[in-house]
Amino acid sequence: MIRISRRASIPRWRSWLIRLLAIILALMVNAVVIYALTKMNPLKVYEAMFDGAFGTNRRLWNTIQEVMMLLCISVALAPSFKMRFWNIGAEGQVLIGGVVAAACMIYLKSIPSALLLMIMFILSAMAGGIWSFIPAISKAKLNTNETLFTLMMNYIAIQLTAYFVALWENPKGSNCVNIINQQNGEGWLPAIFGKPYAINVIIVMTLTVLMYLYLRRTKHGYEIAVVGASKNTARYAAIDVGKVTVRTVSISGAICGIAGFIAVAGQSHTISVNTAGGRGFVAIIVAWLSKFNTLVMVLISLLLVFMEKGATEIASSFNINDNISKMIMGIILFFILGSEFFINYKLEIAKAEHISKEA
Amino acid sequence: MDQLISLVQAAIAFGTVIMFGATGEILTEKSGSLNLGVPGIMYLGGIASLASSFAYEQACKSAGTAPSGFLLVVIPMICAFLAAAMGGLLFSFLTVTLRANQNVTGLTLTIFAAGLANLFGGSLNKFAGGVGQIRVAATSTLYRDKFLDFIPLPEVVNKFLFNYGFMVYLAVLIAIAVHLYLNKTTSGMNLRAIGESPATADAAGINVIGHKYLAACMGAGISGLGGLYYVMDYTKGTWANDGTIESLGWLAVALVIFSTWKPVRSIWGSYLFGLVYWIFLYIGLSRRAQEIFRMLPYVVTILVLIFVSMRKRKEDQPPESLGQAYFREDR
Repeated sequence: MIRISRRASIPRWRSWLIRLLAIILALMVNAVVIYALTKMNPLKVYEAMFDGAFGTNRRLWNTIQEVMMLLCISVALAPSFKMRFWNIGAEGQVLIGGVVAAACMIYLKSIPSALLLMIMFILSAMAGGIWSFIPAISKAKLNTNETLFTLMMNYIAIQLTAYFVALWENPKGSNCVNIINQQNGEGWLPAIFGKPYAINVIIVMTLTVLMYLYLRRTKHGYEIAVVGASKNTARYAAIDVGKVTVRTVSISGAICGIAGFIAVAGQSHTISVNTAGGRGFVAIIVAWLSKFNTLVMVLISLLLVFMEKGATEIASSFNINDNISKMIMGIILFFILGSEFFINYKLEIAKAEHISKEA
Repeated sequence: MDQLISLVQAAIAFGTVIMFGATGEILTEKSGSLNLGVPGIMYLGGIASLASSFAYEQACKSAGTAPSGFLLVVIPMICAFLAAAMGGLLFSFLTVTLRANQNVTGLTLTIFAAGLANLFGGSLNKFAGGVGQIRVAATSTLYRDKFLDFIPLPEVVNKFLFNYGFMVYLAVLIAIAVHLYLNKTTSGMNLRAIGESPATADAAGINVIGHKYLAACMGAGISGLGGLYYVMDYTKGTWANDGTIESLGWLAVALVIFSTWKPVRSIWGSYLFGLVYWIFLYIGLSRRAQEIFRMLPYVVTILVLIFVSMRKRKEDQPPESLGQAYFREDR
């Protein structure tokens, strides 16, 4: 007979050891899966993956960019999730931010560059904020189910993006938008230190640190924690739960909008329904697994992007479908999710006599 | 008239895919589990049906025997159901036994299963040793056979009602069966009790864990049949790596809300979604306008969500404990 009981506390090193074991186990399972599909020596698998993610300068920068995108959205979700508001709508909030950034690049390109970028930044953040404000106010006033509401908002955003892609289609009939302002780069984030994407890293890392401080060191952060732990406690402490909900979720959406801005102005310089590319969903898992600690998010984002890039590389060299990267990512996440149980609960083998006495 | 007929036919075919998905998800959600893995589960059903029927058709071809019609239908159906139910089992194991968060587990299941299905769908040809395009023609023909066409009714009526493969009728039957199960059987009522208040149900001696497992696995199996129907009938026995199943899966989740967790309502709801999805072809919209038009199902779903929470009618509410974990010791 196994008895399960909640742990009162666990030393930090032990919780991280359990997570590390889960990740190692997942990496082993993945090596077996890749071996089964490619007959590649399992030990060589990770060497090849490492090469795929960091092998050349180009790949390294590519990986860093992807990490930054995923991290930015995860950081955006942190306050919502800490408050236990299930914002599943990051995908849509990112897209709307991206659409607004692209619109500015197309219609306002005569404005001086620095000013244009400022305008894009603000409007994208506002667009993402509005996209999450709608479900938040509905939750606060009517107590609608936010998981389902934000999920639906994603698809409205996707269709809206599809509409604008059709509107801005270039060349005609291609059903996609070509690189916007290719000639003079109006509304493109500038290269600094000679690196075209370095500014993305600076923006995202700044947001990461600011969010860390916001959640841990400010009154707002404290209110979020209380509402997340118990709404009744929050009301008892005279915290306006509705106000905190709307404010926090809007901040969440606004940062998602900024992620959309970075994706368009700093990375792809175009817009499509794949601009968010499912990262909005992966980020939910990253935010949850890192227990809303934005610094831990850096590590988890890095792990996931490494696996994704590495698996894509293996897939292309063995000529199999690159969806293998999603499968592998799923396996890792399953293991980490499962490992939480062993952190939160204690398994004890109860002695048989003890049970018979109880009975 | 011809246009109307083809619109209705398109709407019913489309609706059938999401009806399976929604019926299964209603069963799962009634037990209080919000499984956001529906798109992934439909993917699992789709790829399992394609791979199994492909294997069977290839085996018959190389053995030189004619495939049996019965097996052609039954093998993919069983495989689709089981593969999808495995997805439900994984979900239950993680959320019920290991107590992981439902939203996160469901989304992970979608990512994992979409990857798995598209990996095999896209590389089945290579894994089978390069046999050319994957197409299970014999199986698909049986699935698309209009077996009720013989009924002597005016041709127009026949075209509206009987112009479909058997899965279209099966979807309706399963939706009704789930309705009867939930409302007329003890086990079904226990299941709903768990969805409303697991602690109360537990105190009343209902097996909470067993029911939750059962609901998630059976629900996933039913949702998986939507993937089977999509592959065998909708795309005529081929695999398309275009992510359509995923968007249909989310539409099925929307349909669950639209039908306010009632399987019978999901029957006409699914056909209505199908009409909305295809009507643009018949009213001559520009492509841009079509994209706006396709928002409608989601917009309507949100309006239903808001409306339901404003009216506060008890029978239209989501299951009270939906999405919340239940652990006896935590009380």
